[in-house]
Amino acid sequence: MAIATTVPPAPSDDKRWRIVETRMRRLGQRPDALIEVLHAAQEAFGYLDTDTMAFVARSLGVPLSKVYGVATFYSFFTLKPQGEHACVVCTGTACYINGAGGIVSAIRRGLDVRPGETTTDGKLSLLTARCLGSCSLAPAMILDGEVKGKLSAEAVVAELETL
Amino acid sequence: MTETAGTDRPGRPVRRRRPRGTVPTGPVRASAHVCQAASCLSASSDQVFDALVERVGEAGLTDVAVKRVGCLGLCAAGPLVEVPESGRLFERVGPDDLGGLVGELRAVGAGVTPAPPAPFFARQVRVATENSGRVDPEDLDDYRARGGYQALERALHSMSPAEVVDQVVRSGLRGRGGAGYPTGLKWTTVAKAPGTPKYVICNADEGDPGAFMDRSVLESDPHRVLEGMAIAGYAIGASRGYVYCRAEYPLATARLKTAIRLAGRAGLLGAGIADTPFEFHVELRLGAGAFVCGEETALIASVQGGRGTPRPRPPYPAVSGLWGSPTLINNVETFANIAPIIRNGGDWYAGIGTPSSRGTKVFALAGRVVNTGLVEVPMGITLREIVYDIGGGILDGRPFKAVQTGGPSGGCIPAPYLDMAVDYESLAEVGSIMGSGGMIVMDDTACMVDVARYFMDFCREESCGKCIPCRVGTTQLYTLLTSICEGTADMDDLERLERLSDMVKHTSLCGLGQSAPNPVFSTLRYFREEYLAHIQDRTCPAGVCPVANRPVDGEEVLS
Repeated sequence: MAIATTVPPAPSDDKRWRIVETRMRRLGQRPDALIEVLHAAQEAFGYLDTDTMAFVARSLGVPLSKVYGVATFYSFFTLKPQGEHACVVCTGTACYINGAGGIVSAIRRGLDVRPGETTTDGKLSLLTARCLGSCSLAPAMILDGEVKGKLSAEAVVAELETL
Repeated sequence: MTETAGTDRPGRPVRRRRPRGTVPTGPVRASAHVCQAASCLSASSDQVFDALVERVGEAGLTDVAVKRVGCLGLCAAGPLVEVPESGRLFERVGPDDLGGLVGELRAVGAGVTPAPPAPFFARQVRVATENSGRVDPEDLDDYRARGGYQALERALHSMSPAEVVDQVVRSGLRGRGGAGYPTGLKWTTVAKAPGTPKYVICNADEGDPGAFMDRSVLESDPHRVLEGMAIAGYAIGASRGYVYCRAEYPLATARLKTAIRLAGRAGLLGAGIADTPFEFHVELRLGAGAFVCGEETALIASVQGGRGTPRPRPPYPAVSGLWGSPTLINNVETFANIAPIIRNGGDWYAGIGTPSSRGTKVFALAGRVVNTGLVEVPMGITLREIVYDIGGGILDGRPFKAVQTGGPSGGCIPAPYLDMAVDYESLAEVGSIMGSGGMIVMDDTACMVDVARYFMDFCREESCGKCIPCRVGTTQLYTLLTSICEGTADMDDLERLERLSDMVKHTSLCGLGQSAPNPVFSTLRYFREEYLAHIQDRTCPAGVCPVANRPVDGEEVLS
């Protein structure tokens, strides 16, 4: 696999490209840094679109098909823009035993959004996670980066409705 | 807020973004350890810390140290603050409710004998987590004050690599990631493997749902893992190591990054460690949410920047791993045990536990149990001691039904085996596995068919799709289990379920597929009546499944 010697120009003059470029440079533009770079890109833009993947592919000297393959293999990466708020409900074993299923269906009914989707007004993205490692707080979720535990379905729906 | 320079070395610029608590200039009479691990942080323990520092300052307690520490264990009752001098643990501490705590700090005098620990702690033996809740995970000096990096220095200065491997062999330590492969044997194999360079990889891709031991170790004591990796690097002749950590653990990765930076700056990682020619560089690699990457060949593919799909073994990574070089892959908890083994000797470690399973094991106790949290117990302890003595029994006084160990690769152990000793062999005998240490307690509100379906759903989604038995088999098994749960299956389906489970187990490429049917096997073995109730009577004894709309009167919950 050839290591890219020349760095292509960023797709636009959006300042967030600088973050991605810096990360790539720090990692030595190596093809094996692909996952790290995709993390940086998703952190900067919220999701990975075709332009981003093409830019990363050219910069690291890997085929676009491989970038797409990696981006779609790992559940952490998303190719769709996310809502203003992100709610990740844990469906790990401890949460499941303590009623995480009821929370997901309550959100689905109350806010009309399915896991992996965003509400039509673009306010809230609902996601599920396999385990947040916060099993002591089961059932737990992460709302905009903040872990919340010992939830009840009603309280969650009420909280999400006020967002 | 007061900050003194008590721990600063003279002539060294100290860059601190946030004050690291109060450290008295004189002798410390009392201290408060405020838990800053993920569970307690989610309950605002950072605010508790700030408020406590302020209150201690206001009260003029100049001989009291307030310190951020890692996990105190009893996660369910966070935020937790411990006063080690009196042995008291304050639970559910709020930032506005510090009166009792400040009073305790004022009252503790020198020479006080600590109160006997609560049953949750009394039965525990701490080796891998000995520093959890005691050291500040973001302070290298604090780790060193508790003997940190001494094992590495001793190994480098007075032991040959072969002697280090020998101590690990003598310790009898077995892989704590789940499979229980003898660690010493793995180190010996990699050390002898021809070819350079060699690599060390720390598997921190803790994917089992219901397991959070590795997260807690990394959040509470990251240096210990790095020290273990560096010792391994010296023993097998590697100068580069990778920590592969899941992206779902932002706090653990942040603390690891800090630890790598601090250790590098102090000359404990990098080139010329501890004034010797030994060189060891550690890089952090983030996962991206793929359970299969816990499998070692998939993990290697992911570290190399590709899709995390496994490949057939042999060759094992010990011979041909990262970039085709000999690679040592151990789990976080395995590495966390290395420093104490080198410090105290392999024979000391082998003295804990049972003849076939030496040492201790960290378990993440969760589910329908009173005291959820992190526990470290000697191998050979019984399940009853863990669930009832340490865990405090079942929530709401309900009857115990099963304990699930080993995550989606493990099984459910029913009540008759509560007095069984916990070690690798006994767990395998009853159809489960040690696994990485997740222990989910279930009561009579759990339907075992639904639990089997839950785990199969997990494996179906996490199957990487490379081999057909796993990709198609898990989906078919899930469909069969769903039809049983919904009450649309017949006895032929049950037979199909058993036959297909057997096929998936024996023909899948990697551990994910090979062990995916385990929850089905173990629930069929111990809770066959529940399957029959769903199929023949169209009822769910636990009232979980959709068929349960018409429960039969007087139906006893089977256990």
